[in-house]
Amino acid sequence: MTSLTLGDSLPNPEGSAREARRPSHPVALIIALITAAIVLLPIATIIAVALSSGGADWPHLVRYVLPQASRTTAVLLALVAFGTAFIGIGCAWLVVAYDFPTRRLLAWALVLPLAVPPYLAAYAFAEFFDYVGPLQSMIRGIFGFQSRNQYWFPEIRSTGGAALVMVSVTFPYVYLTTRVVFLMQGRNIADVARTLGAAPARVFWRVLLPVARPAIAAGIALVLMETINDIGAVEHLGVRTLTLSVYSTWLNRGSLEGAAQIALVMLLLVIALLAAERAARSRQRFHAPRATQMKSRPPRIRLSGWRAAAAAFLGVIPILFGFGIPLLIFGRYALNRLEQIMDPKLAQAFFTSLSVALATAALTVGMALVLLYAVRLSRSRKMAVLVRIASIGYGLPGTILALGLLISLARFDNFVDALAREYAGFSTGLIFTGSAVAVVLACSIRFLALAEGAVHSGLEKLPPHLDEAARSLGRSAASSTLTVLLPLLKPAILTACILVFVDTVKELSATILLRPFGFNTLATFVYENASRGVVEDGAMAALVIIATSIAPVILLSGALMRDREA
Amino acid sequence: MFDTAFKLKTGLAALALMAGTSFLASAAQADGVVNVYTYREPGLIQPLLDAFTKKTGIKTEVLFLNQGLEDRIAAEGQNSPADVVLTVDIGRLVNVKEKGVTQPVDDEVINANIPQEFRDPEGHWFGLTTRGRVVYASKERVQQDEITYEELADPKWKGKICMRSGQHMYNIALIASMIAHHGEEKAEEWLKGVKANLARKPDGGDRDQAQAIYAGECDIGLGNTYYVGLMMTNEKEPEQKEWANAIKVLFPNANDRGTHVNISGMALAKYSPNKENALKLMEFLSGHEAQQLYAEKNNEYPVMPGVPVSEVVASFGKIKPDTLSLAEIAKYRKAASEMVDRVGLDDGPSS
Repeated sequence: MTSLTLGDSLPNPEGSAREARRPSHPVALIIALITAAIVLLPIATIIAVALSSGGADWPHLVRYVLPQASRTTAVLLALVAFGTAFIGIGCAWLVVAYDFPTRRLLAWALVLPLAVPPYLAAYAFAEFFDYVGPLQSMIRGIFGFQSRNQYWFPEIRSTGGAALVMVSVTFPYVYLTTRVVFLMQGRNIADVARTLGAAPARVFWRVLLPVARPAIAAGIALVLMETINDIGAVEHLGVRTLTLSVYSTWLNRGSLEGAAQIALVMLLLVIALLAAERAARSRQRFHAPRATQMKSRPPRIRLSGWRAAAAAFLGVIPILFGFGIPLLIFGRYALNRLEQIMDPKLAQAFFTSLSVALATAALTVGMALVLLYAVRLSRSRKMAVLVRIASIGYGLPGTILALGLLISLARFDNFVDALAREYAGFSTGLIFTGSAVAVVLACSIRFLALAEGAVHSGLEKLPPHLDEAARSLGRSAASSTLTVLLPLLKPAILTACILVFVDTVKELSATILLRPFGFNTLATFVYENASRGVVEDGAMAALVIIATSIAPVILLSGALMRDREA
Repeated sequence: MFDTAFKLKTGLAALALMAGTSFLASAAQADGVVNVYTYREPGLIQPLLDAFTKKTGIKTEVLFLNQGLEDRIAAEGQNSPADVVLTVDIGRLVNVKEKGVTQPVDDEVINANIPQEFRDPEGHWFGLTTRGRVVYASKERVQQDEITYEELADPKWKGKICMRSGQHMYNIALIASMIAHHGEEKAEEWLKGVKANLARKPDGGDRDQAQAIYAGECDIGLGNTYYVGLMMTNEKEPEQKEWANAIKVLFPNANDRGTHVNISGMALAKYSPNKENALKLMEFLSGHEAQQLYAEKNNEYPVMPGVPVSEVVASFGKIKPDTLSLAEIAKYRKAASEMVDRVGLDDGPSS
């Protein structure tokens, strides 16, 4: 019974009363605080960098850059929010409420677009919808047009185009969170509503949708953070968002401080987003139905004939966009370069990606567990806020977050080195900087929001008295955690692991900045091949990225299905 | 309760650490090694580095970054393993120097190989190749065979010009050179004129501009010389040869100050741990064998006088480079970048 709810971590009302009776857990809290400190390190460093200069760039930024960039970002976010909500909720409703041939296949295939990194999707979409691309060529062939002026076709290299790309590859976040709620949360209420004579459509609008609101908001929050931090897609499509102005300020005007200052503005945006998500969930608690109530399947409306065909068609469209177009474009290039599959560097990159993604998944989920467990233990509002803040790194451009980590890690390494030289007479060199550890750490900090959200919603559904009951029955604190909480959290932990794993396989910007010599993940391998503007040469590796993510994505869909019955 | 959480956490951390260290790179400082931090694509420089290793027995370790190379070296400080920095674009070379992560080099071999105009006066960076920022013009629709950058603002090109983002370093360098030649005020008038002539919002890469000309979206575009070579020799995607065949390369300002050229180059890292090897590599890259490889493999212009260009590049005709020093041009990068914002170049023609 997992949804990807980004936490609202308020303690229960009765929490404060219980607190007095609770023994304190200083060590657990200290560990949690250290974890939080590590996670907040890069963000704090970026803030320090931003504040280190007086803002000489601001008159220019305020006058010529920020108004336009903020507007573009706002429009993009609004389009993406609307699009992912529409498609995510629509598809969730389709596979939950109706039964038609291919429904089961669609139910998991709708998660596939998550396997496609936005920067690759942007490239594929630009190719596909271009004047010389397959679609327009076909249109010209059919209607006999000779030139561009004879017909109108929407421009993919635009804000709308970027929104289309982001919606196509991120709607599964909303689909996943919403589907779970439709499956379990709404069932009982929906049954009641139906018994009272409400039509299915009415049940959907008046009952299920309001109940699913927190889950939808959580899914959209993830989508929007991914949209804000994206640089690859908007750069390729020429959409000037805040992230893009961070890069031009940093790279063309040599002002890391100015770039960090724009990043701060973006952080405020992310915080506002999370606050809005919280508001959308206002006073809605995610009550867990008893396990016994979960046994019955929701009644599905059987569709047949043209209705079934229409349903299948509607469900296939988002998959064609988010998965089909990238597969088509890169598949065609890869076919011309089949020999690349034998490249030993590709195999090596695959194993590196696998190791990094596994290590990152383990570390990230571990951090999320420690942090959320501390919140549960301490019932401290401050701790809850701290944990929420710890996950805002997801909304920062990856390179900027990685720079923050780089600067702080290098400072630590050089400090240790200086100490060793001074007192022990030898040099430790750089311990973490430029090592795989830095890469794993950066990805963990980046994707903490994903793990935190999944684990949090899992924890939230466990009644707080559960572990206490175990303890009152004589179990030790450790034993009750191990034997009661963790097994119950298994589905949530699995979901968190898979989400982080998939995003790490796709991760490019932090990995490329922090990696050691000769260290290639699939994403950096694609980039190295594609960096001369020759994306074709990275096509095979791009396909391997997508393939590597498919298995976990299917696993995720399956885990959520099983989870529902748990 | 916390011990379990703690064990779990340390266990996971240890796992991550193990997974991490198992593929840590070998020691950065070793005999017979030189560490290269590069913005240049690995596929391009690898043949050069292989040739270097074959000749000297010195192994190379390569780290390719797309952004933040100078920030990484700066953060690593005196423990940085970086020996040699390779990058395209004068702006990035100047950045590396200004960030304080390079050291001056005064080496007889290098100085003899690389003409003075392609070297930092203080010896912090050295150009290795040059590339012209030229006009791609439709063979079909553009009759004239000569052009100037100034002319791009002429209303006769209204709705006919394509280019990649004005904030891209190649365009920034070109606009900076316009500021250097004409002053900020005139350059801004010019840029406004260019904007008014755009056929569409600037986006994509240089090759996309050739594709757009092929598709009839515009008549002229801005691009670097070597992209034409890349397209013409692309056996995997033969349709790119058609794009290349749809355009002709015009060298702007061939009859007056010359065509704006940018460079790719190298620098010696400030705390280079393998300085001797680093200098050997720098000497090698400026030498005849490497210069010839640059010309053949990537269709760039070698900086060493007398090294022939590739066949494709030779077919464009002879380039007359603008002789204004690149160090001078680089001073106006910030002004150019801000001008692009001010004029709204990247918004396209409409607004």
